[in-house]
Amino acid sequence: MNATHMLAPLFSIFLACAAQADDLRLPAGAPPAFQSECGACHLAFPPRLLAAEDWRRVMAGLDRHYGDNASLDAPTRRAIEAYLVENAGKPRKLGPGGTAAPGEAPRLTATAWFKRKHHEVPPASWRHAEVRSPANCAACHKQAASGSYREREIVMPGGRRWQD
Amino acid sequence: MKALIPVLIGLFAVTAQAATPNEILAGYRAEAAKSNPRYQSSAELGAQLYTHPFGVSAKMPSCSSCHSDDPARGGSHVVTGKAIQPLAPAANAERFSDLAKVEKWFRRNCGEVLGRECSAAEKADFISFVMRGR
Ligand code: HEC
Ligand code: HEC
Repeated sequence: MNATHMLAPLFSIFLACAAQADDLRLPAGAPPAFQSECGACHLAFPPRLLAAEDWRRVMAGLDRHYGDNASLDAPTRRAIEAYLVENAGKPRKLGPGGTAAPGEAPRLTATAWFKRKHHEVPPASWRHAEVRSPANCAACHKQAASGSYREREIVMPGGRRWQD
Repeated sequence: MKALIPVLIGLFAVTAQAATPNEILAGYRAEAAKSNPRYQSSAELGAQLYTHPFGVSAKMPSCSSCHSDDPARGGSHVVTGKAIQPLAPAANAERFSDLAKVEKWFRRNCGEVLGRECSAAEKADFISFVMRGR
């Protein structure tokens, strides 16, 4: 076996790790209702961006969902919750989460991970009329719907490319 | 009057998912006619319903807050910013083709904007308006 053969697997492991941060494709096995229900009012958020315990809290209060009513019948709710919990992120990686208002369900835009990834984003960008909310991933990440968050795909409100 | 909705949903569920906007409109008309035999759906009343500032929700006072002034154009959710495809079947063939989905969104959004359920007459007016256009 020559050196290239030995290094190839190592190299692919390296690539897999490096690709992770901007690759948030939905893991296989999503119940159909995940896309049609949880993707109706906003992007169907990647399960990895919240910890299992936080997903359980989101799913326990769908009738009072950040000021909206997103309630589901029990079997659909259970199927979606199982999928989210199974594919949830590691609390250690996400860091402490948070809520925007007291009594509200946890927000994936409030985790330490999310804030770290976005520390260079000017605060005014979040409130821009084309964005309205940090949860509106697709306003800046043009390929968010297909789970891709590569830096070169980012277009800031007003049309400026992030990388230019 | 409410008893008819499950029957209608059942009917459409059995005869495959797909319905036409006209079929769904006809269902609501028939239901409205039960409590008011002289009822006729009105695109004009539908237009008023669409733009009326109910003000129950500060962020979404009217249907047009999220759907824009023109149902043929589409809009965006005032809170999440997500793009909303046009409501007008002429601009978006998926609209008003699945009664269960139509019922779900009337239930949610009438609750949100009007603070109550919409009547069958209001639903028929609303659909007449989005089919006719502005
Ligand atoms: C009827 C509309 C609607 C539906 C359906 C809906 N949501 Fe939401 N969701 C909202 C709104 C409105 C917000 C608040 C967005 C904001 O403040 O930017 C929100 C926010 C969220 C957040 C917090 C985002 C953040 O700011 O970090 C999560 C997580 C979430 N939704 C998950 C779900 C899941 C899971 C489902 C499916 C079970 C779902 N949503 C279905 C309307 C909806
Ligand atoms: C206002 C625009 C904006 C919004 C909205 C936004 N982001 Fe970002 N995001 C950025 C920018 C700019 C960067 C790059 C920051 C940097 O490189 O310093 C970034 C970076 C990222 C990264 C890191 C990519 C990498 O290569 O490491 C991820 C993942 C990400 N965002 C996910 C999200 C998710 C998920 C949402 C919605 C819940 C979201 N973003 C909402 C602007 C935005």
